[in-house]
Amino acid sequence: MQKKFGGSAIFLDRSDINTDEIIPAKYLTEVTKEALKPYILEDLKIDGFDPKSDELKKATVVVTRENFGCGSSREHAPWVFEVNDVHTVIAESYARIFRQNMFNGGMLAIELPKGDIDQLIALQQQGEVDIDVDLPAGVLTAKAGSENKQFSFEISEFDKALVEAGGWVEFADARY
Amino acid sequence: MGKTLAEKIFASHLRDEPFTGAKVLNLDRVLCHEITTPVAIADLVWREKDRVFDRDKLKVVIDHVTPSKDTKTATQAKILRDWARRHEIPDFFDIGRNGVCHAIFPEKGFIRPGFTVIMGDSHTCTHGAFGAFAAGVGTTDLEVGILKGVCAFREPQTLRVNLNGSLPAGVYAKDVILHVIGQLGVNGATDRVVEFRGEVVDAMNMDARMTLCNMAVEAGGTSGVCMPDMTTVDYLWEFIKDEFTDKAAALADYSQWVSDADAVYASVLDIDVSNLTPMITYGYKPDCVKPVAELAGTKVDQVYIGSCTNGRLEDLRQAAAVLKGKVIADSVRGIVSPATPKIFQDALAEGIIQVFMDSGFCVTNPTCGACLGMSNGVLAEGEVAASTTNRNFNGRMGKGGMVHLMSPESAAATALTGVITEASSLK
Ligand code: SF4
Repeated sequence: MQKKFGGSAIFLDRSDINTDEIIPAKYLTEVTKEALKPYILEDLKIDGFDPKSDELKKATVVVTRENFGCGSSREHAPWVFEVNDVHTVIAESYARIFRQNMFNGGMLAIELPKGDIDQLIALQQQGEVDIDVDLPAGVLTAKAGSENKQFSFEISEFDKALVEAGGWVEFADARY
Repeated sequence: MGKTLAEKIFASHLRDEPFTGAKVLNLDRVLCHEITTPVAIADLVWREKDRVFDRDKLKVVIDHVTPSKDTKTATQAKILRDWARRHEIPDFFDIGRNGVCHAIFPEKGFIRPGFTVIMGDSHTCTHGAFGAFAAGVGTTDLEVGILKGVCAFREPQTLRVNLNGSLPAGVYAKDVILHVIGQLGVNGATDRVVEFRGEVVDAMNMDARMTLCNMAVEAGGTSGVCMPDMTTVDYLWEFIKDEFTDKAAALADYSQWVSDADAVYASVLDIDVSNLTPMITYGYKPDCVKPVAELAGTKVDQVYIGSCTNGRLEDLRQAAAVLKGKVIADSVRGIVSPATPKIFQDALAEGIIQVFMDSGFCVTNPTCGACLGMSNGVLAEGEVAASTTNRNFNGRMGKGGMVHLMSPESAAATALTGVITEASSLK
């Protein structure tokens, strides 16, 4: 079943955020996804960022910079987003394994050029940013205050099929 | 037009291409450890698909936290152990026979030229040292690998790194790969296979080649690879001698995977290592790299020698050569984890373990140990480690701890003085 995308955005304005920052290794002893929930972004180093903030609790979209999710292959990183209802990540670029893990779980890892990410981040000044994802059209609409901006994005046919199937296990099981 | 090693492996293993550019490959090896596999097992059970595609192609180890340190890690080990028994997986390595995954699987001869290998572990790229395509994946890819024996990839382009010249004394594969990552940056090889070539690689033994390939992922690479040659054949010979009439025949067969002379590369990086000095990381990203000499004098609290990067016999030999007859600084805790039982025994036989113990090092059982701060050897807030591992991320070896990556020789020299030290300055 396809997941719900879009919603309230949180901005992580830094490149090279690694999976140890998204979910520290000491929590890898958990054997259920739900148990990871409180530890989201616990070790993230960005000035002013608070992993316990209401803003993060409310967020269902993460907007960030280059090489997001680098480091360990742990799928606990997409899972900690999933169990916190963050099903959409928008970044300039991703580490390969993290990106694949997002689509394998039926979630979205959207790539936008730096200029678009700059505009999205600037939009925060107008207030809370809400992002709507139109997957078939490949269009993101970001709303903040009275401003309204659109960005087009591309994902591959394969990634789209994974999202529609609800993930790689479903896709592969039906086909192989 | 010629093909790269990776392109040859993709072509020979292609099972399906459901959409242009999405290549589904048949897998020769699916490797499993107790951290990322239990969730895949639980999901397969929940889906009522608790099956394995081929028990002989699965290789399973408990390595990250062993012996188990608490109820949670004991449960992870139990899930993996019960599953391996239930499916009668012949190659399952439990305590007493276990070691760090990327050291023990090659040592058992499980990785061969031309193979496709996945594991729920980012440093799976290590196995490319044998001329295999070996990629770290998440738990979902692992789950499908276990059940169906396939994995999907966007066909990676190849980035060729030519290592020319000759290594100066005291400069090792670890120094070379740190330098390469410094050049490429942490995402300079994303979605690429990093092919290590040149006379420096030709002269390296398999331990050193594994160190090179191990850290390809720190530049974002999908797999590191070295070309199979007589060094590869020699290493594998005891496992393959029934398959070939002689070594020359094995070499002829494995040579089919070597990249063609007219293969096309996404990019080429030429590095002359002749003037390279021992390297070290600073900061929290593996591309923050400097000569050790520039950080000399920085105080450290713990020295760790081990891991899938530098816990092999060759690494222990290099460290022991520095430590022999000396005692480490009072201010430092030294920990060494030989990566496998065989390495431990060989080191014992050579007297290396004695050297470590005489110098004041704690020798642990084969395990990932201090490398990822979830087992033994965790750093306290504000502490600094000199480590032969592969990641210096914030909190990697313990919350609030700082990690400097370096070669075993540099780590040993640092243990003796208690401050970051280039080994040559001790002589
Ligand atoms: S030694 Fe460290 S990097 Fe290697 S597999 Fe173990 S935890 Fe991962």
